[in-house]
Amino acid sequence: MPKGADHRLTPFMHGYANPARFLRLARTLTAPLLVAGIVIATLALAWGLFDAPAEQLQGDSVRILFIHVPAAWLGMGAWTGIAVASLTELVWRHPLAGIAARAIALPGAVFAALCLITGSLWGRPAWGTWWVWDGRLTSMLVLLFLYLAYIALADAATRDGNDQSRIPAIFGLVGAVNIPIIHYSVLWWNSLHQPPSITMGKSAMAAPFLLGLLAATIGFSLIFGGVVLARMRAILANQQAEARLRRRAMEAVDA
Amino acid sequence: MNTVIKAKHQRLVLVLVALAALIGAGLLAAWALRNQASYFYLPAQMAGNPPEVGRAVRLGGMVETGSLRKEADGVTIAFVVGDGKAQVPVRFKGIAPDLFKEGSGVVAEGRIGPDGTFIADNLLAKHDEKYVPREMKDMTEAQARKTVQETR
Repeated sequence: MPKGADHRLTPFMHGYANPARFLRLARTLTAPLLVAGIVIATLALAWGLFDAPAEQLQGDSVRILFIHVPAAWLGMGAWTGIAVASLTELVWRHPLAGIAARAIALPGAVFAALCLITGSLWGRPAWGTWWVWDGRLTSMLVLLFLYLAYIALADAATRDGNDQSRIPAIFGLVGAVNIPIIHYSVLWWNSLHQPPSITMGKSAMAAPFLLGLLAATIGFSLIFGGVVLARMRAILANQQAEARLRRRAMEAVDA
Repeated sequence: MNTVIKAKHQRLVLVLVALAALIGAGLLAAWALRNQASYFYLPAQMAGNPPEVGRAVRLGGMVETGSLRKEADGVTIAFVVGDGKAQVPVRFKGIAPDLFKEGSGVVAEGRIGPDGTFIADNLLAKHDEKYVPREMKDMTEAQARKTVQETR
């Protein structure tokens, strides 16, 4: 059984391979992450809605920025997380990696959808259209579909048995190709969507917008972290309950 | 113990090779798509390699300052779209979006007419990456910077 041997080899990497240790940490972190995230996000969004300045061209519709951009970043960041977890699953067979990837998928999909919806609402007044098939919008829609496919695949793999987690892991890794495409879509191709306002150390965004955006991003990220931990705990609890049921059934057969 | 290390390294190398091939394929596809995936023609592209007359295309660029005028019928507007290298005259009959104005970006959907004028059926305003509060728009760059400094 290579898993046990792995354990002794890399104690650092596998310090949290034992779910009990991970669960202790996750239990203490979930609530603080969620509470802090909700407080910060609520404050940032309230400021953005009522107190932020109107933009010179967009007017009040600029306020959707404080949801749209964090949602887009987290939607892309979440798939990056799935890809890293999938790599860990495929190469090191870390027992928590597949669970982490599955836990990330749903909040990632929600953020991708939120990004598309708020972007569409902004597009109507700003561009004069709800939707166009340019590089950025299309690749972001592809990301949402990838999430839905990943969720369906991971669910099917779990239903079929424990050793099937490699198939969603391969899909999670392959799907990561879309992430740089989303980022560079506005630079490689002419698109209706504007290029990034914030690049390495520079911002074409005035300070109040930038600070509000940063605060909202921190808030949403904390919520994301809390949701992922809560979902990982739920998946682990499910697995334990199932294992216990199976053991009971075996005992009943033996008796 | 040795075999465990080996199996792990083998997996790592395999996954990395597969990943490199995948990224290579993705880059090739993106490179091949660089023309097809563009949402619009720039004026320079339209001048250098014009699409055939009557084919539905999009033209994107900046509305040249001072070029916008309303025609006698009151609903048709004419303006010039430029990108610093070439200019294309555009005519459009209908309601332009709120953000459409001189000196800002536009994407026009339509076709090239026989006289070289672009006949637009629809206009989309293109917002750029700059976000400036309304109170600061009439200030000069230096004034705006000073205001930002003061409020910090």
